[in-house]
Amino acid sequence: MRLITAMVVGLGLISCGSAPHARAAVKPAKERKKAPEFSLKDSTGKALKLSDLKGKVVLLNFWATWCGPCKIEIPWFIEFEQKYKDKGFAVLGVSMDEDGWKDVKPYVESKKINYRVVVGDDTTATLYGGVDSLPTTFIVDRDGKIAAVHVGLVSKSDYASDIEQVLAK
Amino acid sequence: MLVTLNKFWRSSAVVLLAATPAFAQNVLTVLPPESTSIKLGQTGEAKVHLKLRSGYHVNSNKPADEFLIPLKLTWTSTAVETVSVEYPKPAMEKYQFSEKPLSVYSGEFDIATKFKPIARGMTTVSGKLRYQACNDTMCLPPKTIEIQLPINVE
Repeated sequence: MRLITAMVVGLGLISCGSAPHARAAVKPAKERKKAPEFSLKDSTGKALKLSDLKGKVVLLNFWATWCGPCKIEIPWFIEFEQKYKDKGFAVLGVSMDEDGWKDVKPYVESKKINYRVVVGDDTTATLYGGVDSLPTTFIVDRDGKIAAVHVGLVSKSDYASDIEQVLAK
Repeated sequence: MLVTLNKFWRSSAVVLLAATPAFAQNVLTVLPPESTSIKLGQTGEAKVHLKLRSGYHVNSNKPADEFLIPLKLTWTSTAVETVSVEYPKPAMEKYQFSEKPLSVYSGEFDIATKFKPIARGMTTVSGKLRYQACNDTMCLPPKTIEIQLPINVE
């Protein structure tokens, strides 16, 4: 049921009209829905709100340390953070690990993740349609609206294309 | 050693409950295992038969990566002692997302448990099966399934 909910919400948010795994085109700006606000803590215990990043294009990635496909994407996101940060871009990783920072912190340190990471919860996942499958990634535009969503592993070039399109507008 | 399968119980031996309601996708089905009668002083075996949706796998009980969540079956009972839980031999499979082969189960397989009774009579053994499933492009959150297994100690 939550997968269905996630898909319905995902489709409602961006109306991409495609199944998981498929290339999700960036939605025209006037048709985008607002990305739900949340406040989650980083590894230092400091609260981070999505709205703290308003004005930036945000790659919002739900992931977990036990998720193999998520680990393929992380080096790409490290590269994107470095490559696009001066253009007003930020990656925000939301870990869905049940044991929180106990599992996440060693992984973040070992992979030298250079972008913001917070630990998520069911409330936040529900706001984004349940996030039943990982990775699930949203591209949020400078106005805090969802421009694209990807469920499952997609190509690095797809992400780069989305980011560059959304940064350009 | 002694394994007596009681067909009478087969259809009602196990009650499956999703213990982790946050995760709704059921790609793993636990088929009702054959219930077991065991003589006091001997050891009996019960098998849990698992069936994964096509295209999905679960990590074996000894995954190759420290961050992966192993398949684990545990039992709780005051009337029988769990002697051993025996998992099948895993397959080493390479996936699109993995740099090296992973130790996994897919398709259909059994987990066998050996029990040694402590006292005569009917008892229900409570089991918990913990697993985490993926396909080639995405993963589902870890899930725990509860299993209730009646055992008759003769």
